Amino acid sequence: MTNLTFKDFKSDQEVRWCPGCGDHAVLAALQRALPLVSQALGYEKERYVVVSGIGCSSRLPYYMDTYGFHSIHGRATAISTGIKVANPDLTVWQACGDGDALAIGGNHFIHAIRRNVDINIMLFNNQIYGLTKGQYSPTSKFGAITKTSPYGTVEHPFNPGSLVLGAKGTFFARSLDVELKLNQEIMTAAALHDGCSVMEFLTNCVIFNDGAHKDLSDPAVKADHTILLRQGEKMIFGRNRDKGLVYDGKKIRVVTIGQDGVTEDDILVHDSHADDMGIHMALADMKGPDYPVALGVIRDVKDITYDDGVRDQVLDVMKKSKIHCVDDLLHSGSTWEVE
Amino acid sequence: MQHKVIDTKDVVIRFAGDSGDGMQLTGSLFADMSAVYGNGLSTFPDYPAEIRAPHDTVSGVSGFQVHIGTDKVNTPGDFCDLLVAMNPAALKANAKWCKPTAMILVDEDAFTDAAMQKSGFETENPFTELHVEDRALIVAPISTLTHESLKDSGMDPKAISKCKNMFTLGMACYIYNRPLEYIYTYLERKFAKKHPEVIEPNKKVLNDGFNYAANIQAIANTYTVQPSGKMKKGTYRNITGNQATAWGLLAASEKSGLPLFCGSYPITPATNILEELAIHKSLGAKTLQAEDEIAGICTAIGASFAGNLAVTTTSGPGLSLKSEALGLAVMAELPLVVVDVQRGGPSTGLPTKTEQSDLNQALYGRNGECPVAVVAAHSPANCFDAAFNAAKIAVEHMTPVLLLSEGFLGNGSEPWCIPSMKDYPEIVPPFALGQLKEGETYYPFQRDPETLVRRWALPGQKGLEHRVGGLEKNHRGVLSTDPANHATMVSERAEKIARIARDIPALEIDGAASGKLLVVGWGGTYGHLLSAMEEVRQDGVEVSYAHFDYINPLPANTAEVFAGFQKILVCELNSGQFADYLRAQFPDSDIHKFNKVQGQPFLVSELVQAIKNEI
Repeated sequence: MTNLTFKDFKSDQEVRWCPGCGDHAVLAALQRALPLVSQALGYEKERYVVVSGIGCSSRLPYYMDTYGFHSIHGRATAISTGIKVANPDLTVWQACGDGDALAIGGNHFIHAIRRNVDINIMLFNNQIYGLTKGQYSPTSKFGAITKTSPYGTVEHPFNPGSLVLGAKGTFFARSLDVELKLNQEIMTAAALHDGCSVMEFLTNCVIFNDGAHKDLSDPAVKADHTILLRQGEKMIFGRNRDKGLVYDGKKIRVVTIGQDGVTEDDILVHDSHADDMGIHMALADMKGPDYPVALGVIRDVKDITYDDGVRDQVLDVMKKSKIHCVDDLLHSGSTWEVE
Repeated sequence: MQHKVIDTKDVVIRFAGDSGDGMQLTGSLFADMSAVYGNGLSTFPDYPAEIRAPHDTVSGVSGFQVHIGTDKVNTPGDFCDLLVAMNPAALKANAKWCKPTAMILVDEDAFTDAAMQKSGFETENPFTELHVEDRALIVAPISTLTHESLKDSGMDPKAISKCKNMFTLGMACYIYNRPLEYIYTYLERKFAKKHPEVIEPNKKVLNDGFNYAANIQAIANTYTVQPSGKMKKGTYRNITGNQATAWGLLAASEKSGLPLFCGSYPITPATNILEELAIHKSLGAKTLQAEDEIAGICTAIGASFAGNLAVTTTSGPGLSLKSEALGLAVMAELPLVVVDVQRGGPSTGLPTKTEQSDLNQALYGRNGECPVAVVAAHSPANCFDAAFNAAKIAVEHMTPVLLLSEGFLGNGSEPWCIPSMKDYPEIVPPFALGQLKEGETYYPFQRDPETLVRRWALPGQKGLEHRVGGLEKNHRGVLSTDPANHATMVSERAEKIARIARDIPALEIDGAASGKLLVVGWGGTYGHLLSAMEEVRQDGVEVSYAHFDYINPLPANTAEVFAGFQKILVCELNSGQFADYLRAQFPDSDIHKFNKVQGQPFLVSELVQAIKNEI
């Protein structure tokens, strides 16, 4: 049992993100979530390592009073992997942006997910390159007008959730920067998940992409445009809590409870632990205007982790091998004497 | 005809065939057998990049040269005493490597019209066409005899064909009076579990090859190379450079108490190091076959941050990809060993051929002022010490170290008098834990005033939380764009590397400490230069020789050594990169170059000529 508070995770460094940047809120949520994680798992502060790549959000390790590594563009996931494999007792948190993780670092991202390395990846998705001052990213909407796409982009964006699940990810959650409480819940769930946890935070860049997620965050429309998925609960949303998701055997559909004979009994129950990925993929893919965007923990399933696998194999071979030190190794196999 | 057994000091045998003919195995077996017999030896595999290159083409020829001697031998030899050519292409590609007194053994069955044509022969007699008709020719129907030998074995014709290399090896064993027992044991060990049915057929065909050679008239004399007994006493084994590199890293792990972590991506000719480390998990080594070269080094950097002895292994193109991350390790001041087994470049270049042309990349190939320590291995067995020393420098000086090996070293092998780990020094990481004074705060970039090395705190250690990264920081580890601070940190990082010179051995001179000419080499040219020195001295030429194992920093006495000579001749397998590096540092020395960039090692004969030309 530890008695850490959010103050224990605040470093003495001045936070230098723009006023109003969504990253502030995610940082605040992390500083509040880690004491909860410590309480649940008995982790002391020195066990946490915060890793990042390059980009606005990648400044985050400097603001955390933990071990931290602010690395190079795109490579945070590979560095996190090395840290976790080298010492599986550490709990590794990674901050990375949409350009960092999905463009230059896309390869490391999908492979860490494929290997199921037990790291917690916080993907700050503001759909823009902020630090380089406003170029489109791999998650920018089709047609987005930015400094490098003055006439609009002509390329499709990634949906990070589909990418994670396509790589057979074991944990994916989505939220908005402003959802302080939900974000703490998601972070805690990610920490409790053994395996690669990807948390997508839809963040607002006030300078270069202001209002990109307004459709989802504006209190006036938020309830109709998003659905919060909770384990074991009905998939109901809407201002009047009268809309729900049903599965018609082919795909997910949005229905209104009380219309066309639909009752609450027909509505899907969220099971993030279900092994079958199909429904999770469908939920992660949902977008407006026909569907609400899914928030919360969409998938959370158990599987063997890479770091455990590496460690267990080493221990197993140690037990079986006749070579226990370098002198043994040097004399193994065919040798001869010169007298 | 009276059969004679001639005792000789050394012989060079070149096995050559199609890339599927098993010549690498045949050559290795002959080498290993000779090693166990007590001979000195050196090997040189020379093979195409394609796994199964087009049949019967000159570019698809795979060769394996082995040089055995009564005593220690320095090189795989320039020219061969026996050329085994399993097809016309192999003969065509290798005839030029035959001594005037050489024997040439060919598989007559492979010399069909079609194969002759495909290999580009224009006449019917390949020997006259290549001007080797005066050599001792042994033209044997090896394929037919192999099929004859195994006709009752129950093996299918394709499998039988694959045994013709064993028939050839049997013949070579007869010619050099080698007992077959070693190969029997090898076959039993290799196939006992998976294919016990092939053990007896292989033994039979080996034996039949031996007996066939004994019965034919074509082989007038046989040879023995008796071990002189002058080799250093001890337990020996045969070892390749890549294996020795892997083992040296494991030794450093043991001596430092740091678990070994290797993050690598497969690349010729470095892959065997990763493969070798993957075997030895019993020594705590963790290996990660990464998704790319960048992930290889980045996982290693992560592992280093977490307190492992971190390594990444690669070749030239891979080193290019790792450049940015290498700069990060310089900036974060984390220990890291980067092994570059050099091959012919640029770009994909000559993947299976040897070169020393990554030196500039190793020294300078990064953005910013970004010094790293650079060391080089000089022989296959020396890769063990080179890797150990590289790791020791990395850990004790908190810096990335580039270890330059070469395809020639990595794939080459030699007998190695097995050392004892008790004779190797401890490696002492500069840990912060337990070293702080009462009430002292840990600052990650505060330096030891003597060595300028920072102290290492590992995640998981209480009270030492800190941040590292690629952005410039001050000594406290706080981000800083202060101009003066940047200048200080740049100069301290450089000076930290320069001060490694205090911990490395002085440059040794082979020969007089002053004179007209000092021959200089670095890396894998060592054996050839040593042999060349022996030859020129036999001819009465007075010349000294110095070989560099440490490239950056250079040994502290380098200037002093150079001052003793009127002229310095730097011999290297590139266009003069080390010579230029030395010229920049020692402008008062008269530094000359002798270079070869053909993807092949030096010949001793060409070095001898080059040295004589300078006198």
